[in-house]
Amino acid sequence: MPKIVVLVKFTPDLTGDRSFLADGTVDRVSVPGRLSELDEHAAEQALQVRESSDGWELTYLTMGPDGAQDALRKALSMGGDAAVHVRDDALHGSDAFATSLVLAAAIQRIGFDLVLTGMASTDAGMGVVPALLAERLAVPALTFAGRLTVSGGAATIVRDSDTSAETVTARLPAIVSVTDRTGEARYPSFKGIMAAKKKPVDTLGLADLGIDPGLVGLAAARSTVLSAARRPARTAGEQVKDNGDGGKLLADFMAANRFI
Amino acid sequence: MPQVLVVVDAVDGSAPKPALELLTLARRIGSPSVVVFGPDAERAVETLASHGAEHVYLLKDHRMLDYLVVPKVEALEQVTRQIGADLAAVLLTASPEGKEIGARLALRLDSGFISDAVDVSAGEPDSGPAVVATQSAFAASFTVTSAVTSGVPVIAVKPNATTPLAQPAQPAVHEVDVELSEAATAATITAREVLQSSGRPELTDASIVVSGGRGLGGAEHFALMERLADLLGAAVGASRAAVDAGWYPHSNQVGQTGKTVSPQLYLAAGISGAIQHRAGMQTSKVIAAVNKDPEAPIFELADFGVVGDLHQVVPALIDEIISRRG
Repeated sequence: MPKIVVLVKFTPDLTGDRSFLADGTVDRVSVPGRLSELDEHAAEQALQVRESSDGWELTYLTMGPDGAQDALRKALSMGGDAAVHVRDDALHGSDAFATSLVLAAAIQRIGFDLVLTGMASTDAGMGVVPALLAERLAVPALTFAGRLTVSGGAATIVRDSDTSAETVTARLPAIVSVTDRTGEARYPSFKGIMAAKKKPVDTLGLADLGIDPGLVGLAAARSTVLSAARRPARTAGEQVKDNGDGGKLLADFMAANRFI
Repeated sequence: MPQVLVVVDAVDGSAPKPALELLTLARRIGSPSVVVFGPDAERAVETLASHGAEHVYLLKDHRMLDYLVVPKVEALEQVTRQIGADLAAVLLTASPEGKEIGARLALRLDSGFISDAVDVSAGEPDSGPAVVATQSAFAASFTVTSAVTSGVPVIAVKPNATTPLAQPAQPAVHEVDVELSEAATAATITAREVLQSSGRPELTDASIVVSGGRGLGGAEHFALMERLADLLGAAVGASRAAVDAGWYPHSNQVGQTGKTVSPQLYLAAGISGAIQHRAGMQTSKVIAAVNKDPEAPIFELADFGVVGDLHQVVPALIDEIISRRG
């Protein structure tokens, strides 16, 4: 049976007051977390592939602290069969390289024909884990898809660059990252939410994946945060009400700042 | 002086502005070398030389452009190994593609990778890291400095991180032939539809950006923003709401899933200023906004805000600019 693995991440809510811990890592406790909204598009695309042809088995995969279970349950409530949660205290502070090492091992354990991811996380936002997974798993990566079709043992995407729209294709197994351009994600139904509670969620540690804890976490990161300082919040400047003179006042402001 | 390798795409044979910014930053750290991809790569040599390039490696193989990033990664791996211990850093543009290339290259070189830098500088001599990168985090609410602690630092830098400064050099030019693995050609570009150029500045390079949102009310009203943009030599941006409604191309979207811009002036018309939008424009030097709703979050950031109907205010602004110029 062909398998899709969808990567999801539990990220601090965008609207919260996000910040860093003293060790330079993202504070994942003070601000409530949620399924990264960009990953919902990956789940949606996976569900569409599964609906378009029979027999796909869909597993969600996350790596993160306890709360990351919430992201898996949310995704399962949209649809899908099972989920895997990689959780290990040694993972705290892992960089993209360690993250890709762990996720690649978990993906291999699950087995895959297609790996689907969002275009980036909403916290670190580097957008490089799909490419790093492609290196680790030695499969092609079709990234930043605005449209995806899977058929005949191949994946084809359309993506926008600044200067062109490209159609790109690769044989499966492959990794595809999708953007919000692929379309709105479905809203979990009540039935979906109830069904999700009964779906299996496996928890794995580094030992289960055969990964040396010395290769992951903050100490193994290949870069280090030297400082993280809150920028002074932008303050609201002058506000005027347009009484027929709004355009003129705006022009005055722009002229005073030498823009016209 | 050790070499700093700058990675440049020259699809139409010219060196884009972000490449000249990278060269300017590279000179802070070491002696700039450049890898140029594209069949007409040598046409970029003159401009690169005028910005301090001491070595230029030309990669004219068309396969660099016919597949996704892997051929470029393999070529860069070959060039960096050739330079060997003399390499101090690799700098790329923080486009989606530049970041993928940088991360894959770093993995292969056992290096660390920093993405989306807004500044790069040499570290303190004799102590600490050789190269320090500055980033903006959490929708630009934090400024973070970081350094690579393993291998040659690979850093992807956002456009507009610095102003390109000319410095004439006489580069040694090397043509590079690369042997590609089978894996390099696994993701094939089967069609490429060139998008029509607007003739306006690139969104991420422009010193003024005028953006329209839901308040414009329809695709046809973007003509108003374009008129204003052309008077100011500005680029036109759009909010996600306007792009999702099909009013303006996705390539012009400013925000979390679009472009991040940092112009001298950002003028938002009919944009409420959701966090996803602010993530893409919060570091603009000056922000002005026009919105009907006095409570719109965009006003919390705006140095100057006009509460009113943009369909009145923007045409009046256009008239004012024209009349002031005589």
